[in-house]
Amino acid sequence: MKTFVLVVNRLAWFVPTLLGLLAIVFFISHVIPADPAAFVAGENATPETVAAIRARLGLDQPLYVQFWRYILSILDGDMGRSIYTGRPVVEDLLSRLPATLELTLVTVLVSIAVGVPLGVVAALRRNSWLDHGLRVVTIAGLAIASFWFAILLQLLFSMRLGWTPLGGRVEGWGPEQITGFYLIDALILQDHEILLDALQHMILPVVTLAVPATATIVRFTRAGMLNALQSNYVLYETAMGYPRRLVIWKYVLRNALIGTVTQIGLIFGILLAGAVVVEAVFDWPGLGTFAVNSILSSDYNAVMGFTVIVGTMFIVVNLVVDILHGMIDPREVR
Amino acid sequence: MTSDLITVRGLKVSFASDAGIARVLDGVDLTIRRGEIMGLVGESGCGKTTLARAILGILPANAARIEAGQIRFEEHDILDLDEASLATQLRGRQIAYIPQDPFTAFNPVFTIGTQIDDLMRFKSPLLREGRLSARERRRADRLRVLEMLRLVQLPDPEGVLRKYPHEVSGGQRQRLMIAMALLPQPKLVIADEPTTALDVTVQAQILTVLKRLARDRGVAVLFTTHDLGTAYEICDRITVMYAGQEVEEAPVADFFARPSHPYTRKLLDSLPSSENGIRGITGEIPRLVDPPPGCRFHPRCERATEECRTTRPPTHAVAVAHDVRCHHPLQDSA
Amino acid sequence: MRRILRKLAEDRAALFGLVLIGLLVLAAILAPWLSTHPGDVTEFHTAQRLTAPGAENWLGTDRMGSDIYSRLLYGARITITIAVTAIAVAVAIGVPIGLVAGYYQGIGSELLMRVSDIFLAVPQIVLAIAIAQTLGPSIENVILALSATYWPFWARLVYAETRSCKNEPFVEAAIALGCSPWRVMVLHILPSISSSIIVRTTIGMGGTILTAATLGFLGLGPPPPTPEWGRTIAEAREFLPMAWWYAAFPGLAIFLVVMGFNLLGDGLRDVLDPRLRRAARHDK
Repeated sequence: MKTFVLVVNRLAWFVPTLLGLLAIVFFISHVIPADPAAFVAGENATPETVAAIRARLGLDQPLYVQFWRYILSILDGDMGRSIYTGRPVVEDLLSRLPATLELTLVTVLVSIAVGVPLGVVAALRRNSWLDHGLRVVTIAGLAIASFWFAILLQLLFSMRLGWTPLGGRVEGWGPEQITGFYLIDALILQDHEILLDALQHMILPVVTLAVPATATIVRFTRAGMLNALQSNYVLYETAMGYPRRLVIWKYVLRNALIGTVTQIGLIFGILLAGAVVVEAVFDWPGLGTFAVNSILSSDYNAVMGFTVIVGTMFIVVNLVVDILHGMIDPREVR
Repeated sequence: MTSDLITVRGLKVSFASDAGIARVLDGVDLTIRRGEIMGLVGESGCGKTTLARAILGILPANAARIEAGQIRFEEHDILDLDEASLATQLRGRQIAYIPQDPFTAFNPVFTIGTQIDDLMRFKSPLLREGRLSARERRRADRLRVLEMLRLVQLPDPEGVLRKYPHEVSGGQRQRLMIAMALLPQPKLVIADEPTTALDVTVQAQILTVLKRLARDRGVAVLFTTHDLGTAYEICDRITVMYAGQEVEEAPVADFFARPSHPYTRKLLDSLPSSENGIRGITGEIPRLVDPPPGCRFHPRCERATEECRTTRPPTHAVAVAHDVRCHHPLQDSA
Repeated sequence: MRRILRKLAEDRAALFGLVLIGLLVLAAILAPWLSTHPGDVTEFHTAQRLTAPGAENWLGTDRMGSDIYSRLLYGARITITIAVTAIAVAVAIGVPIGLVAGYYQGIGSELLMRVSDIFLAVPQIVLAIAIAQTLGPSIENVILALSATYWPFWARLVYAETRSCKNEPFVEAAIALGCSPWRVMVLHILPSISSSIIVRTTIGMGGTILTAATLGFLGLGPPPPTPEWGRTIAEAREFLPMAWWYAAFPGLAIFLVVMGFNLLGDGLRDVLDPRLRRAARHDK
């Protein structure tokens, strides 16, 4: 019952947020430009095409009518056609979604696996050389431009040493499409060759994206642990002689992780943003590469469609994280 | 077997602070006999909590330093024991703890049952007998827990175990804390201002429960409080502390009948009564970074002489079991 | 204030950050004098394309034969201009909104905060891409895109701090004494929440520089031949296996500058954040 109330509550906030996102994108695409039709038509369009598009998109109508029609068309799954591929933008985006999801999800898992233990150790050895070292390393990790780091890794490991592939998801064709996640599909098909190949292709993009994400997790876990370690319940548990191991790895860690979980939404945002440039560098056939190609070819519908899709994903992830947080934190009653 | 359970001799503890080294405990002597309830009375900042934590061996390692002194608990020298044996042998087994603030002493993200189960897993008195199998012991402990929850007059013991700390009231939490302190059958319970955070109406009930259970089981209690009225209700003997030193120690009746230290006298006078109204003590609590030499109370004492300004008073016996540290104790002031 | 400076001086990492920021500012101001080939921002020397670092071109040359070291120095000017202006605009929008919304509790404030929540509900870079793409590549448009996406951070922060500050006795006293709301906000609340704003702004500088460089890398920054660092790295990609210096040094410059702001921000937070200060006070 409590969970149900929580879910309904969060969903009630989800709809206006989504509308707000659409309003922002609408504002950017329909209100800011002097002539939106010219944008949609692209650089080489004739005046006749532009006029035809203006009429077709109803750009001569009042703004609120335009906004209403815009929302209806988005709900209908219509984001216009891409000039670059000539296909509906929605189709293009959806076909590239699994690649980006696979990359970001693997990165989140790697970042948690590395970041949480490091954060715990840094908190336990507060002010040791290890803690200070981790502080500098995590700050540095958050200061690196991912596109630059990606290029350096590619230069060293792919071009100079030849240890990893230059880019892409696999050599040649991917596995038969089941889920669109190559790792899972390869596992289902028991195709170890493709699995290994896909993993090799994944190493550099995952490392690049994991650097800022791991740094964030380390910092939040450390702060959460320190906060919990200074709490009254740790004092009480210590005074009553609960074993130190139990206090730290059960009682303190659970409290610290609840804080970290709320940050996964933030981390997902960092990853989606990073994916734009990192995918482009590693030629990863996901949303990011699509967005970069669209920007370079001034493919207006595609860029706006990308914004809506990524914004929506981000909002959905935060919704899920919120609900998850409400479920694992017993204090949450809203 | 002597009647003395714990003896503190010449304990000096200092804390590092921004302003300098604060001498929080300066040569404290204290004795608690088996089964007696000792009240440790003083204003906030007088060192009560530090003394309580020193006995438990849970002073913050980086900030506090034990300069001198001895704490004997039965055959153990607490200050000589390492952290591991303190945690496994003494804390939670021989010496239990009731915290000041029951609102924050429970871990917020685990059920009360989990926290009690973990306590029993490591501190159950049945562990000492060692003839029961793990399963038998768990079952027996479960019954003992429920029995104890009934003894502290908690309604619906089974239900409480399934609840999270924030779901029960402050008074009930403090009853739980008393139950948890007594479950391991300790010889000494350190209760650090256990009723300060509670409503006045609840305070009396908690005191009654604590006093009755301690008496029934012959458990000694070190009860710190800044409230003389509370001390009168529950204690057998009272020790008054002032600015990090104990100044007077007496059986409760004698204490209220014949206070011999000028500070004690003023403390008693400051109790609001129908004749006097409210009277404060003039002057200020001394700064512990740079305390006054000699008797620490002399700047606020009308009876102070040159001797008081230079030499710390030794302990005088003014009556049987009634000791006072003053060069000029009050004679039969009642 | 002196206590803050003294504590900051003890934090070697923060001090190092301050030095890095100082170097950036010096590089930007003294670019004409420090650079070895000041004309190379616009001049080409196709004969010397892609020369490796050496005595003549300390950090090598790019595809046009221009000196990378000199272009980096002029690039520092662009970075500072973009980051400082964008952040100043974002602060100028966000702080008053947060202050007013936090002070007056009502439907209006609720609405303002919901709007900033929606902005925060989309990754900054994605919104910035959409805006910059619409407006076209130029310095002004990058600044616009960044301030339009970053202002909610300050609005949210100031809103939360103002709300908790409003219940502080000194603010209640000022209100009870009949100070005008404007006076209470500017003279009483703003000074007491300024440390949080400073910390947030310092860290925000790093993030903004990174986002600006990303926009540049994507071709949404100031157009060529502007020596913008992110764009330079994008240009360098096609010459990669050989001309490593072309991509490496601009990225290093971005890294060091962002690192500078992050280190300083981290140090400032340790010094200014009252919650951390409380941890240093020991039990008596």
